[in-house]
Amino acid sequence: MATEFTLNGAAARFDGDPDTPLLWVLRDHLQLTGTKYGCGIAQCGACTVHLDGKNRRACVTPIASVAGRSVTTIEGATGKTAEAVKAAWVAIDVPQCGFCQSGQVMSAIGLLAAKPSPTDADIDHGMAGNICRCATYVRIRQAIKDAAQNVKASVETAA
Amino acid sequence: MNAPTKIPVASRRDFLAGSGLVIGLALPMGKAAAKAAPGGEVTPFAPNAFVRIASDNTVTVIVKHVEFGQGPATGLSTIVADELDADWDQMRIAFAPANDPLYKNLAFGTMGTGGSTAMSNSWMQMRNAGASARAMLVAAAAKTWGVPAAEVKVAKGVVSHGAKKASFGELAATAATMPVPEKPTLKTPAQWTLIGRDTPKLDSLVKTNGTAQFTMDVQRPGMVVSVIEHAPAFGGTVAKVDDAAALAIPGVVAVKTIPQGVVVYAKDTFAAMKGRAALKVDWDLSKAETRSTDTMVKQYVAAAATPGVECEAEGNVATALAAAAKRIEATYVFPFLAHAPMETMDAVIEPRAGGADFYAGSQFQVGDTTAVSKVLGVPFDGMTLHEQYAGGSFGRRATPDMGNAVEAAMATKAFGGTTPVKHIWTRENDIRGGRYRPLIVHTIKGGVDAKGKIVGLDAVVAGQSFMRGTGFFNPSAKFDEAMVEGLTGSAYAFPAIRVGANELKNGVPTLWWRSVGNTHTAYVMETFLDRLFELGKQDPITGRIAIMKDDRAKAVLKRVAELAGGLSAKSGRARGVAFHKSFGSYVAQIAEVSVGADKLPRVHKVWAAVDCGVPINPNVIRAQIEGGVGFGLGHALYAEITLGEGGVVQQSNFDTYRSLRMGEMPAVEVAIINSTANPTGIGEPGLPPIAPALANAWRKLTGKVVTRLPFAHSENA
Repeated sequence: MATEFTLNGAAARFDGDPDTPLLWVLRDHLQLTGTKYGCGIAQCGACTVHLDGKNRRACVTPIASVAGRSVTTIEGATGKTAEAVKAAWVAIDVPQCGFCQSGQVMSAIGLLAAKPSPTDADIDHGMAGNICRCATYVRIRQAIKDAAQNVKASVETAA
Repeated sequence: MNAPTKIPVASRRDFLAGSGLVIGLALPMGKAAAKAAPGGEVTPFAPNAFVRIASDNTVTVIVKHVEFGQGPATGLSTIVADELDADWDQMRIAFAPANDPLYKNLAFGTMGTGGSTAMSNSWMQMRNAGASARAMLVAAAAKTWGVPAAEVKVAKGVVSHGAKKASFGELAATAATMPVPEKPTLKTPAQWTLIGRDTPKLDSLVKTNGTAQFTMDVQRPGMVVSVIEHAPAFGGTVAKVDDAAALAIPGVVAVKTIPQGVVVYAKDTFAAMKGRAALKVDWDLSKAETRSTDTMVKQYVAAAATPGVECEAEGNVATALAAAAKRIEATYVFPFLAHAPMETMDAVIEPRAGGADFYAGSQFQVGDTTAVSKVLGVPFDGMTLHEQYAGGSFGRRATPDMGNAVEAAMATKAFGGTTPVKHIWTRENDIRGGRYRPLIVHTIKGGVDAKGKIVGLDAVVAGQSFMRGTGFFNPSAKFDEAMVEGLTGSAYAFPAIRVGANELKNGVPTLWWRSVGNTHTAYVMETFLDRLFELGKQDPITGRIAIMKDDRAKAVLKRVAELAGGLSAKSGRARGVAFHKSFGSYVAQIAEVSVGADKLPRVHKVWAAVDCGVPINPNVIRAQIEGGVGFGLGHALYAEITLGEGGVVQQSNFDTYRSLRMGEMPAVEVAIINSTANPTGIGEPGLPPIAPALANAWRKLTGKVVTRLPFAHSENA
């Protein structure tokens, strides 16, 4: 039975094994390889996507469970917060090897959506599920703060 | 920092299709264009194989090193762009093909990245590459405009003479017809415009928006995915396979046995994993390493109590220690450690008549490509390496036996040798797959005289050599330097010192791990020195400076003390200092620590000072110190690989092999010495000082001497 869902704003479907994790549907079947495999057991966060706007580890999300729901991946991350996060990431050169960064960026966007002005403790908590073996954490923290500032500034400018 | 527009990697087609200046001509397969030197060796600088300027005004640097986060792509480009007087926004990067004559690491003699050599071996090569390209552009402008070359100026990608101006792209076709200068004029340090300044990384955008392509992202038409089941103990082999249940899983297309284990092939990754879980394999463990870590540690501790092979000796340490006013000794135990890069081991091999396309983030490009060609039985010249970004390594992707490439090639061949195969390791394969930082035990004895001066050190290292027997080891060497480096060749002068090594056999495969022997020697030296200074009532900073042999070492220690404002901390916290020289670079760190809620150390801040020669790109240097601190700290606090009875690895994923996380990362402040020495390493030297700096702070704070790593080990509770 096919699973139908919304992917980055467009209709998507998957006809294979309904147990297949969303991660492998995205990577192997829909050619969206920005979402990464790092552990397969929701320990590292490299596969973080947004499911109905909330952070979700795609490696432990059976495709059947996303039927009728909306999935956003790094390729489809748009909007004011997403753009601010990505710009902040690039501006201070957060990535080293880069493999975990799609997941870090998606988690950061999810964090800012819930907490537009995160404290250090909010960042510690909100990003705790994302491992970076290169330990780019100092710059991730700074980029999240910069992005929060920039979103706020743009809102004030618009107002 | 105000970042200019970020730019992607140029595609292969971009510069092969263009009619621009390709210095070095028909690259990447342009072996014929390389000029042979006497003796048949191809000189690295002629022709210039590193710079391509296209008519669209892009400058592409051919990067001979793998990019797995330490920044060589940006670093090499910084050097070229400076000598070329290019504008940073026109710079692009492309990874070099597997070609030793053109792209070997000058420190290794073959293509490879490691030992923090990327900048040091390439420094003059890249300067010459940029400068010769610049000279040819200048010659082209002089010819076009009919003016003397000496009057032509180049700045920020614009060639000019008075009111006449041209871009590199406009001059590229003419420049390609100009003679390649034998010895181009290099800039003086005062003329540098990029070197020594913060330059944005060239790969940040693609690594932020998900478009950077890693090996695991490669898709080829008709490709199957393979995963492997390895033996449960190192050295085990397959006795019998029941693959009926695996083959019954939809999507699974084959199961094959290769020397490394049982491979399951499927139409997608999930089916392959499901198939693997359904395998029933009987293993022959008669030749496997079945000792537990506890058993090994006991044997290693006993070995470390014997003198071992003498690696370095100065003065008579036995006499010196016998005469000491006060003496201490300690035994240290360091665990096996996995590298656990975020991207697990993987490769895509697409065989074709007479060769194959090989997609990998290869750390030994020629070695790996050769290994694949041998397994497939095709000539090296028929191979094409498509070098990918690699998701971390920390040493893991470089194996002297090219084991990662060999396994992928054997999996490809076993499937039939005509279908593209993506062979990937799961995280469980990775954590349980060996090639660890070896288990190491140290004993050390030292003493001070009545005035508190250190009289001598007697140090013995017991462990396993991963170098012996490989092409990287001189078979006539009496000991393995990678076991003792850092204790030998130390930056300190002692009246007497002896370093001994006991090599022990172990069936657990081990490997270099970020900063190699320095991962443990720095910890022993720097924590033991701290205790000796206390014993002799000396200050840890001035005490170290007093016995340092060289001014660059003293300067970084003084600089870090200034940066941190000394070793005093507010109530409930303590600061510790450590220094270590590795890979030619000097790093000192001060760590401020408190007791965390979990009773483990909580590191709040780390100050670091570094002298790595000319700071080519301070932005990258700071990133590597931050990363080295985080990587070193996470392992020192939490990580160990242990073997239970029967030799089974007790960890399997990030739930049991604990990695540093966001809330555990300290703030890091870095000072870079504005050195004029030739550039040295930065990918590794940031790591060795952090664990001893932490331990020294912890001892000051709690009185506890931690000699069993990691800090979270049950013996330290």
